[in-house]
Amino acid sequence: MQKEGAIRIPSGCAISGIFSRSGKRMNGEPIIQSISTMHDRSNGLGGGFAAYGIYPRSRDLYAFHVFYDSVRAKEECEKVIMANFDVTIAEKIPTREMPEITDEPLIWRYFGLPFEKLLKDTRLDEKEFVARFVTKVNTEIKGAYVFSSGKNMGVFKAVGFPEDVGRYYRLEDYEGYCWTAHGRYPTNTPGWWGGAHPFSMLDYSIVHNGEISSYDANRRFIEMFGYKCTLLTDTEVITYIVDFLNRKQHLSLKEAAQVIAAPFWSEIDRLPPEQQKKLTYLRNVFSSLLITGPFSVLLGFTGGLMALNDRLKLRSMVIGEKGDMFYVASEECAIQTIEPNIEHFRAPQGGEPVIVTLNEGVDA
Amino acid sequence: MGIDYLSPDYEVVRNPQRCIACRVCERQCANEVHSYDSEWKVMKSDDSKCVNCHRCVALCPTHALKIVKTDDTFKINANWTNEAIGEVFRQAGTGGMLLSSMGNPQPYPIYWDKILINASQVTNPSIDPLREPMETRTFLGKRPEKLERDADGSLVTDNLPPNLELSVPVLFSAMSYGSISYNAHESLARAARELGTYYNTGEGGLHEDFYQYGPHTIVQVASGRFGVHKDYLEAGAAIEIKIGQGAKPGIGGHLPGEKIVGDVSRTRMIPEGSDAISPAPHHDIYSIEDLRQLVYSLKEATNYKKPIIVKIAAVHNVAAIASGIARSGADIIAIDGYRGGTGAAPTRIRDNVGIPIELALAAVDERLRQERIRNNVSIVVGGSIRNSADIVKAIALGADAVYIGTAALLALGCHLCRTCQSGKCNWGIATQRPDLVKRLNPDIGSKRLVNLVSAWQHEIMEMMGGMGINSIEALRGNRLMLRGVGLNEKELEILGIKHAGE
Amino acid sequence: MKRVYVNEKWCLGCHLCEYNCAFANSGCDDMVKALKDVQIYPRIQIEQGNGINFAVNCRHCEEPLCVKSCITGALSVQDGVIHVDQDKCVGCYTCILVCPYGAVMPGPTGGVVQKCELCTNNSSGEPACVKGCPNRAIVFEER
Repeated sequence: MQKEGAIRIPSGCAISGIFSRSGKRMNGEPIIQSISTMHDRSNGLGGGFAAYGIYPRSRDLYAFHVFYDSVRAKEECEKVIMANFDVTIAEKIPTREMPEITDEPLIWRYFGLPFEKLLKDTRLDEKEFVARFVTKVNTEIKGAYVFSSGKNMGVFKAVGFPEDVGRYYRLEDYEGYCWTAHGRYPTNTPGWWGGAHPFSMLDYSIVHNGEISSYDANRRFIEMFGYKCTLLTDTEVITYIVDFLNRKQHLSLKEAAQVIAAPFWSEIDRLPPEQQKKLTYLRNVFSSLLITGPFSVLLGFTGGLMALNDRLKLRSMVIGEKGDMFYVASEECAIQTIEPNIEHFRAPQGGEPVIVTLNEGVDA
Repeated sequence: MGIDYLSPDYEVVRNPQRCIACRVCERQCANEVHSYDSEWKVMKSDDSKCVNCHRCVALCPTHALKIVKTDDTFKINANWTNEAIGEVFRQAGTGGMLLSSMGNPQPYPIYWDKILINASQVTNPSIDPLREPMETRTFLGKRPEKLERDADGSLVTDNLPPNLELSVPVLFSAMSYGSISYNAHESLARAARELGTYYNTGEGGLHEDFYQYGPHTIVQVASGRFGVHKDYLEAGAAIEIKIGQGAKPGIGGHLPGEKIVGDVSRTRMIPEGSDAISPAPHHDIYSIEDLRQLVYSLKEATNYKKPIIVKIAAVHNVAAIASGIARSGADIIAIDGYRGGTGAAPTRIRDNVGIPIELALAAVDERLRQERIRNNVSIVVGGSIRNSADIVKAIALGADAVYIGTAALLALGCHLCRTCQSGKCNWGIATQRPDLVKRLNPDIGSKRLVNLVSAWQHEIMEMMGGMGINSIEALRGNRLMLRGVGLNEKELEILGIKHAGE
Repeated sequence: MKRVYVNEKWCLGCHLCEYNCAFANSGCDDMVKALKDVQIYPRIQIEQGNGINFAVNCRHCEEPLCVKSCITGALSVQDGVIHVDQDKCVGCYTCILVCPYGAVMPGPTGGVVQKCELCTNNSSGEPACVKGCPNRAIVFEER
């Protein structure tokens, strides 16, 4: 069977997210409890988590999480990492032995910064340097796969049900202000760990439930801008689109959402002229980045979380709030189970971005 | 007169039991095939004059007529076919080049028919266009090179280069006034306005009556520069530089003096009765850098308010040529495949020069993406788009929109008899004879064009909905939505699609 | 009132209207049976010359001379449409002489007149000349 990257595999899913506006650190227990409530929305072929604020002591360093198929791949990859980065920590990611989780690759993490002189020579900004480095490793080193590359955040994923994956990675030992989780229901998969979600690039992480029909239009467009879609998954291309619009084109997340899940022309045509002009402009200029077909997406980034549905709202997604806590999940039960006293439940409209960020003055 | 070696290709078959001798066929045939024998009181026909345009068949009130391919044949020969022999006879008789009209009719592969479209099942929902919005609005033109923000941080929106906005990604391709009639042009212009799209003047200039349709007109600048002047350039919504056309890549055009009469002469700005000869190349474009000069001359002349289209025929090296054009300031590239129609072309050229539009489109789209300039230019393809499925496939291969010419003429009544060069079009399309021109009432013609494109739009929306796509831009270049059948590895590679079952 | 109007600009002189008229008024449901090998007497007739064609039929005048001149009361106006009662017509042809358009004519037998009654007297429904005109030169509309 071909693995992700050689073939496109559609999948349905469960997603969940927790965010503390006041920056309160939570361990991984609640998010595991939340996602496990939606057990039936996954089929054991992939689960994962993204957590923000979990590496406070190395907050200024890039944290690379890497899967290796073999010792040879590890050696080859480490050579490249060490050549490009001033690595201060290199260690195995702690895991717990569990009968539910099998076929483990070698799982390592590295904390470091690009060598200054090297970075200067390339004339790239630091993030671009890192992004290109990750793409290079993932496309050129066989058997090595960098699945997390942001600062003070990390992705943990595996083949299995998400609750098992969470325990496998000992998420109770991490504390973050933002957690997202994903349970995967692929129609077929060879069970490659790299194919599990979240997908992450720099500090962006995406969990997504859906199957986008615009995939190849999006992929072929975004690849003109130096991205390489190696996994052929929706999540990968959505991440690149967000990275392109938000980091490279400097669109705000709201504007990026207006490109990705653009309002219908019939809505735009009814708006006041100024708004009409802006939305028409965005739809025209980035027309190939419109995403159609069902999706519900949680985009994690440093200091914030965005939830977005496709413009027809073809996938379920609800949000709930209590105090400074923000919850979002595919199903309401996944929120109720961890916070029975939600003050306000709401299903965001199709195409309506819901963005939460840390309160002013709170450090990511 | 010596022996006429040629025998008629088609026979007029009249059912004597049904014929009421109303003589409508006789009155309607500009080729004078039909006549009434008052002695025998029957209608007769002269098959040798019949071009099989079906005007008589369509108007016969008792359905007494049909036209059949003759079964008269030379001795059967797989190599020396009847056509091959007949053409030798014709040329031996006249000493001239063979002329033909409309698109290449030879049995080359039709790639559209070897491509199949996807639909959603289970894993994502199909979308019902009757219940949900289904968008076909399309913009053609360049995109700004970078985004700008003004002092208060809001997005600057007026840095967008001039664009064409289409409510449906179908435009009427270039057909000049002269090659087609006033009424045909009026039909196209009115339909374009009603549909929210554009028609194209071709190289014959713009009749003064049609300036009112300017916002829905693409004005063409071809090698003969007929009818090109300041007001003309300013009248259109876009300007098209015609380098070549699919039916006759590499050669010019020739509208004989007898068609340069009255308004045609005035519109083309050439004397009555003089031949309108379009040179094979533009004599100010011998190289790609010259093209850039013309593109910018036209932009200067129109104050950078109009997108410039460069139209080329699909030839072997089309990807590289398109890339050159994209880098020469063009806003839109139009590519015309080898099945594109024409009012007259040398038969050998029409039937043997150029390449299929499907392959040309796939190659151009892919090349422009590899070079990362696909977003700087829009692609419009033509050259035998026959139905809405062809359009869906073209857009999924990478086109922004399509040009339809032959299909539009069919909507107006053309029956593809491929005899436009005779000027005796019985349907009032490819003729300047007033009694024939009036056969095309633009009230009917424009309505039929609107019907056709609206019907196709509905079908496009239905197919998009089936794929779970609710806006046309998400289909553009979405080659995963296509699969090939019966194509070899090389063909699949060029088309950039997988085989069915993969 | 809706009337039949002809636009000379689009009339091709194909004469189809004449045959459709004759068929509609034949009482027969097969055009071939109705019209084969017979002389037709259409109520609409093409006038042509100098490259101009024009189909002429009854204008259904608001103050119709034919009705005024009818000596037997065979011609009458009903809901704006001028009808002929062929039982009452004696074939004096006064109406033919007074009609300024030449739109009243002798019927096939010659004994009575006939004229366009906008297909209200046959099973065509909408006027047959209008339905069958290939170039929409003949229209049936309110003006």
